[in-house]
Amino acid sequence: MSNFSSGDAVLKVEGLVTSFRTDDGTVTALDGVGFDIGRGKTLGIVGESGCGKSVTSLSIMGLLPSGVGRIDAGKILFEGKNLATLPEEEMRDIRGNKIAMIFQEPMTALNPVFTAGEQIIEVFMTHRNMDRSAAYKAALSMMEMVKIPDPERRLEEYPHQMSGGMKQRVMIAMALACKPAVIIADEPTTALDVTIQSQILRLMQDLQKDTGTSIMFITHDLGVIAEMADDVVVMYAGQVIERADVVTLFDHPLHPYTKGLLASIPHVGQHRDKKLSTIRGSVPSLMNLPAGCRFYGRCPYRQPECEQTRPALESHKGAHEVACLFAGRIDAGEIKPNYEALGGE
Amino acid sequence: MSDVILEVKNLSVRFPIRSGILQRQTGAVQAVSDVSLQVRRGETLGVVGESGCGKTTLGRAIVRLYEPSEGTVVFRGEDITHKTHKELSATRKHMQMIFQDPYASLNPRKNVGAILEEPLLLNTNMNREERLARVFELMDLVGLRRDAMNRYPHEFSGGQRQRIGIARAIALNPDLIVADEAVSALDVSIQAQVINLLVELQKKLGMAYVFVAHDLAVVQYISDRVAVMYLGRVVELGSSKDVYADPLHPYTKALLAAVPAAHPKDRKKVQPLTGDVPSPANPPSGCHFHPRCRFATDKCKTEAPALRRLGHVDVACHHAEKIKSGEVQA
Ligand SMILES: Nc1ncnc2c1ncn2[C@@H]1O[C@H](COP(=O)(O)OP(=O)(O)OP(=O)(O)O)[C@@H](O)[C@H]1O
Ligand SMILES: Nc1ncnc2c1ncn2[C@@H]1O[C@H](COP(=O)(O)OP(=O)(O)OP(=O)(O)O)[C@@H](O)[C@H]1O
Ligand SMILES: [Mg+2]
Ligand SMILES: [Mg+2]
Repeated sequence: MSNFSSGDAVLKVEGLVTSFRTDDGTVTALDGVGFDIGRGKTLGIVGESGCGKSVTSLSIMGLLPSGVGRIDAGKILFEGKNLATLPEEEMRDIRGNKIAMIFQEPMTALNPVFTAGEQIIEVFMTHRNMDRSAAYKAALSMMEMVKIPDPERRLEEYPHQMSGGMKQRVMIAMALACKPAVIIADEPTTALDVTIQSQILRLMQDLQKDTGTSIMFITHDLGVIAEMADDVVVMYAGQVIERADVVTLFDHPLHPYTKGLLASIPHVGQHRDKKLSTIRGSVPSLMNLPAGCRFYGRCPYRQPECEQTRPALESHKGAHEVACLFAGRIDAGEIKPNYEALGGE
Repeated sequence: MSDVILEVKNLSVRFPIRSGILQRQTGAVQAVSDVSLQVRRGETLGVVGESGCGKTTLGRAIVRLYEPSEGTVVFRGEDITHKTHKELSATRKHMQMIFQDPYASLNPRKNVGAILEEPLLLNTNMNREERLARVFELMDLVGLRRDAMNRYPHEFSGGQRQRIGIARAIALNPDLIVADEAVSALDVSIQAQVINLLVELQKKLGMAYVFVAHDLAVVQYISDRVAVMYLGRVVELGSSKDVYADPLHPYTKALLAAVPAAHPKDRKKVQPLTGDVPSPANPPSGCHFHPRCRFATDKCKTEAPALRRLGHVDVACHHAEKIKSGEVQA
């Protein structure tokens, strides 16, 4: 079994707190987020819309909207530096070079007025100090690496002339251009069709084997996590509520939210005569968070203490960590779920 | 009376492609091509396929938001293919649509009570009291609290908005609901709530669903039968059990093989389908799937296979028998 947080972490995030100034006041989007990404490993980050996955990646990349979003506390440790406090000039040297990013919507990340080729060549010229002809050759070999058919012609194309899958391949080629230590992929396949998604996932796995890059893979899709991740972080309302290696997480989820999430996805082979499990209610607003456990309002296992006491992320067994006051007793079967207490659906 | 509520025969829908400053028509997209299918009372027909294959267009042509270019749509025994907007108003009571983005389809300036009352006001002669009673009944049915009646769509979460959309769709007791990606935008935990609600309402009220979605597991879960589309054509049609357990069309096989594993121990080892989905404006000759198909022969390049019965399912593939018997393999 692969073990979470082996000593060999490329990137370490500790106690990250990130907030935004809004018209209605300050919202704390991340509240004490922490995890490690192992060398050459894929860390999956999973959670529902608004739980803070993208804000986590923007915080690491130093791309929070200036004047609006900021890191209030915590550390992002990478190659002996704390990226949370690194001056922008030094961050520029890391961004796109040592840590690269792939976004859900490649159209927003690719510049529509330049051809794919010009954009990849640019990466090689700025970050790797190549001249134009060397950069062209490097770009061509990147296009081959990400298995784009007819690469010479594709280099001449503009993003709008390409399909979603092709654009995502170009994004991956650009991300890999500088042999980054870490790639942060934020829902890279969410906008793609399943057959194209499976091509891109396979491509990322193959490239990781060849280059040894670590990947932080953000998704809301537990199936994609099952395919890709070595280790998993489950987020809920701006916090990490569970961390484990992927097999442990799927075989033995501890947090009531993780349990609920895994039970609520229909699997091929399951039919509607068997009702889907659901998680009652919806995610609380960041503007109006409960004092104790943020899952309290929806938790079928909740106890009176949970309303006021905020659970810390603690080790359950070895590297399996969970933020639930009663995880041990729930796991031992001593506390049973009580759906009636939560009222209607 | 037969229990077929909807019959679609040889339905095609084309959209003009215009270009240049004069916006002259320079071609056409065949969004739906020669589709035939039936929906029985109270059943759910799932429609799956990748982006651009024509799912939405088919759904919209069924409820006559689009006028078919060819073929017929017969609903409750009545040919509605070329009915005018005005002639359709009586039909519309019996067929409703639910959309992916409930927000876009709900009037932001009306509160929930007014949104749900509107179809009653327009289509029934219920008095104010009866309408109010029905609005409460609808809110109960979809699990909205009655005190939410005076609130506006923006005050609700995505899942709750979808409940409002569903309540509006069932207000007049329709026989058919076309749901287009009705749960696709929802988070998984909320998605399960809405799916359960749709299943439960069908049990209670007996309407048929045409459930259009790209999520194969969700479609399988909710459907009695499934139609798999590729570039405007139905390539496989059968009971959801048969199609998912033993897909015959090479495209259906590839599609199902691409669904991510449910558990890390079941990671997919198969080689993914190569190539992109071709543009529907310029589809490949013969069988549209042939450039990506590992079974393709010369015949597939020239001759479009018709949908035909093989065992329990309908399939449009020249080599379906050989694939079924295992005579040809990957
Ligand atoms: N620029 C901003 N200003 C104010 N609030 C923001 C801003 N960006 C993000 N947030 C808030 O931070 C929270 C976390 O957002 P984030 O984008 O990280 O969610 P996510 O997990 O990536 O969700 P999704 O799955 O929808 O992409 C949300 O509540 C969001 O409203
Ligand atoms: N109103 C329209 N005018 C012109 N072309 C259209 C129109 N609506 C759809 N099309 C084209 O028809 C084809 C089928 O589109 P449709 O929206 O039905 O696909 P879909 O299967 O619903 O895809 P998705 O999964 O992305 O929703 C596409 O090529 C699309 O670009
Ligand atoms: Mg996001
Ligand atoms: Mg559609």
